[in-house]
Amino acid sequence: MNRRNTGWVRAAALLLLAPACGAASAGDIAVRAGVLHTGAGESFSPGVVVIRGGKITAVGTADAVTIPAGMEVLEAPVATPGLIDARSVVGLAGAMNQPHDQDQLERSAAIQPELRAIDAYNPRELLVDWLRQHGVTTIHTGHGPGEVISGQTMIAKTAGVTVDEAVVRPVFALAATLGEQAVQGHARSSPGNRSKAVAMLREQLIKAREYREKGSSTKDDGSKPSRDLGLEALVQVLEGELPMVIEAHRHSDIMTALRLAEEFGFRLILSGASDAHLLVNEIRAAGVPVLLHPTMMRARGTEVENSSFTTAARLVEARIPVALQGGYESYVPKTRVVLFEAAMTLPYGLDFDQALSLVTIAPARILGIADRVGSLESGKDGDVVLFDGDPFEYTTRVIGTVIDGLRVSETPR
Amino acid sequence: MLHRFVTRAELAAVLLLSVAALPASAASTAFVGARLIPVAGPAIANGALLIEDGKITAVGPRDAVRIPRDATVVELDASQVLMPGIVDTHSHIGEIAGADGSAPMQPGVRVLDALNVRSSGFKRALAGGITTVNVMPGSGHLISGQTLYLKLREANVIDDLLIRDDEGEIMSGLKMANGTNSLRDPPFPGTRAKSAALVRQQLIRAREYRDRQQRNDTKDDEDAGGRDLDLEALVEVLEGKRMVHFHSHRHDDLMTAIRLRDEFGFRMVLHHTAEAWRVAAEIAAARVPVSLILLDSPGGKLEALHLEGRSAPALEQAGVQVAFHTDDWITDSRYFLRMPAMGIRAGMTPEGALRAMTLNAAQMLDLGQRVGSLEAGKDADFVILSGDPFSVYTRVQQTWVEGVKRFDLDDPDDRLVAEGGFGALVDDDGGNHLHEHHGAHR
Repeated sequence: MNRRNTGWVRAAALLLLAPACGAASAGDIAVRAGVLHTGAGESFSPGVVVIRGGKITAVGTADAVTIPAGMEVLEAPVATPGLIDARSVVGLAGAMNQPHDQDQLERSAAIQPELRAIDAYNPRELLVDWLRQHGVTTIHTGHGPGEVISGQTMIAKTAGVTVDEAVVRPVFALAATLGEQAVQGHARSSPGNRSKAVAMLREQLIKAREYREKGSSTKDDGSKPSRDLGLEALVQVLEGELPMVIEAHRHSDIMTALRLAEEFGFRLILSGASDAHLLVNEIRAAGVPVLLHPTMMRARGTEVENSSFTTAARLVEARIPVALQGGYESYVPKTRVVLFEAAMTLPYGLDFDQALSLVTIAPARILGIADRVGSLESGKDGDVVLFDGDPFEYTTRVIGTVIDGLRVSETPR
Repeated sequence: MLHRFVTRAELAAVLLLSVAALPASAASTAFVGARLIPVAGPAIANGALLIEDGKITAVGPRDAVRIPRDATVVELDASQVLMPGIVDTHSHIGEIAGADGSAPMQPGVRVLDALNVRSSGFKRALAGGITTVNVMPGSGHLISGQTLYLKLREANVIDDLLIRDDEGEIMSGLKMANGTNSLRDPPFPGTRAKSAALVRQQLIRAREYRDRQQRNDTKDDEDAGGRDLDLEALVEVLEGKRMVHFHSHRHDDLMTAIRLRDEFGFRMVLHHTAEAWRVAAEIAAARVPVSLILLDSPGGKLEALHLEGRSAPALEQAGVQVAFHTDDWITDSRYFLRMPAMGIRAGMTPEGALRAMTLNAAQMLDLGQRVGSLEAGKDADFVILSGDPFSVYTRVQQTWVEGVKRFDLDDPDDRLVAEGGFGALVDDDGGNHLHEHHGAHR
């Protein structure tokens, strides 16, 4: 056992004692860290976070926060809020990369808004474990980029053995794609290029408008259309209930996404956005948040070759809401880990707190779940990550992950 | 080697030209004040590195190195680190190609004949601190062809990048693979046993070919048949002149590679080795060096399902010689330094990680006498870092190859490559934009 792991080991020993005391109940735990980063801009050295019934009840300096007697205490040199992957396909995409574990993209049609993520999410997938072991506690996952509308996304915790246990939001958004990825790789004649893809998308959104109008008709004359699951989902987008997460990389595709959002008035969230650094003013003016590509996304191919490691810093500087995604990988590695991606923004213009926010409070706000996760504050979920040093150094390890006050990983990673 | 890329006369002409192109002054340059990591010995605070004519002439503490009066002195900060240039044992930069889909074994195919010297991949590698690289032909064959060892010099034509041995021969290895990598429809193998049988039969043919050629030499017999480029390359393998760089992942595939080596007596470096941690003791007993790739997550293909950082400490502790490689584009050359750091994360020693990416890697390419450490007489290949090589906050500031500064973070064009941005990776010749997004690997 590594010398750096002694605090965690001692804490584990305490856990063994705790049930004998009869004082512990599920979701009750405290974390004492040499440095506790709250993710809300504060840090306490040393700091303590107390979790009862899965929710945070107290956060502060070690001498200001009293740990209830008998409560299990985990110790670590450094702790942060649970990390959030702002856009993933993990759980639908599996590690084996064989047909049976690749449910992130259905290629039978260009537009299938009716595909639900909860019907394909595998909470026992090895990659879910892997993310959890690296401190990722919440993921926005679901259908991936690759078709004009590939399906729905969801938000889940990386714990739980059924989708019902894992889910935070069963439906978060519709996943759409503009550019090369949506026009290539399928066996159909359409869409065969960008213009056609956009025409198909606009046509479908207009159909959804008409469907909504017919559906809201008060006349009981049989003019109500029969239910259409795909159009229903698009109506939710038109009414602002669901955002549209549009994967767009090339500058022209980003502008197309902004144009569509303006035409139809939907809530747009940009995803990927390799060329966002060329369009800082336009994105800021449109008030659109960005789920930025992994810092280390391979810059290979015409759509992404102009990507920059400095994009996160430039968007943060422009006060554009930005979060980092693990994204989609078709080969090895089968997923990226946002902890590593955030680390790689540090030499390219961001400071520690800014880098941490990209994978904690910023995605929580963009995903509309900041009332539950994204920072260590009273009332929020007890999701904490323990490290044996600076979380962003590659030589530092995650030594434990807590979700809803439960220790869900003890594998040093 | 049995055949040559250029004649000796041509080579002499090339050498004469390159001498003429050198700057008039052959005076030395001293880099002083930084923390030196020679790899061949302990780190030196406030060190001095003296170079002349592309070679290192002295290394040591600043007050112990005699700096000639006419030397150019480069003052560095105590927080900066100067270490040997990184040696990447396995990369695919240069938009290269190797074997095609016509056969599972194509040892006669050379990377040499398919490399774009203007590819931006070379710039990315320099931005990552890489100075020497083994460019490997593509994937998906039992034998994908001949690799190419390169120095990242200023290059107009491929000759400018080549490394030649003492006899003037171009240095290169042979890429082999097993496991699922080379399983395809016929004429490719469909199983592991078939893969091994095909390779064994071909190596036996090469043995017989060699014996025939040797008999011809003595008897001067004209009837023994013509040259066979595929078998010639394999004869070089059998004679230990050409290193085999063997892609292998699963524990049993690793043992199969070792079994083949034992049967035919070739020299071999195991590459990637997702499951090396499961057979570290066996690899150590076989005395096979290993070049590792560490990745952000396991999976992506079945044979990488158990790929974990723990292979690095497991092999180090077992006494195996370890290196790292980018497998670029699998990992971007600009991020080479994060991989040894991930090895340390998994339990490797920092000393072992330093040696892995420099001297160990150089030795796996038979270049240990020329590169991989800061020692007098070796090539002046080095990098200047802003700090600790294994810290994520550190940046590569300069990369020098044979005494020539090839990357400078203060140069706007170089910085664009290092950081990315519009036009950063456009190849000098307008670029080949037809490549697919991801390799067609199995």
